[in-house]
Amino acid sequence: MSWNDKRPMSPHLQVYDLPLTAKLSILHRGTGAVLFVGVVLWVLLLAAAASGPQTWASVHSFLSSWFGKLILVGFTFSLYYHLCNGIRHLFWDMGKGFNLKDAEKAGIVVIVATLLLTLLTWLVAL
Amino acid sequence: MSASNDYRSPLAKVKGLGRSSDATRFFWVQKLTAIALIPLTLWLCYSIATLPELTYEVLIAWLKSPFNAVMASLFTVVSLKHGMIGMQVIFEDYIHTHSLRFGAILFTKLLSYFMMALGVYSILRLSLGN
Repeated sequence: MSWNDKRPMSPHLQVYDLPLTAKLSILHRGTGAVLFVGVVLWVLLLAAAASGPQTWASVHSFLSSWFGKLILVGFTFSLYYHLCNGIRHLFWDMGKGFNLKDAEKAGIVVIVATLLLTLLTWLVAL
Repeated sequence: MSASNDYRSPLAKVKGLGRSSDATRFFWVQKLTAIALIPLTLWLCYSIATLPELTYEVLIAWLKSPFNAVMASLFTVVSLKHGMIGMQVIFEDYIHTHSLRFGAILFTKLLSYFMMALGVYSILRLSLGN
């Protein structure tokens, strides 16, 4: 079927520039899924440590490599984003700031807070 | 809708009897665990970031503290519960084949409970072991 209709099409996900609130909403779910994997890995790290010093030593050397650190930075970012944006959600649950203007402002605060907390944590850790 | 339903008050129909019959509790548990995770997460990040290099000895010394062991256990259990509910919502939104959806949710729940037990056991072993 050919498309001859010249009227504007309704926004499609592939061409529609999603508003900030929508992008943050997707990121909240995405980081949530990442963090579920993260928590499972956290338990496996504890189990590795519990199985003895040798196992922990190999885990530790992997985590200290640049690749291991990259993964940890990713989880740190995801954790802080999900935490900050989760607090934004809790305010909405209380009926506060649930309008476009405040939601957008709070979204920017969340991004800035996430980046600052991630940076601060790694400055302290390294 | 069957005729017999029409004799029930709207309140009786709604009260705890939504599609899954526990939507309100489901929402509440997600919020309760979310609130609990605010201090738990901040503690975990601060606590681990301020440790020296995480050698075996440092890790053991960290978990020897009863407070750290309790907080780490709580973080493990509560975050897995929170994540389990979150993953269920994601699966319910995107998996439309009933059997696959049911399987994914079942697997996630069983995995989560297993990880809770493994996590707490490992923390206790590291904390109380010689």
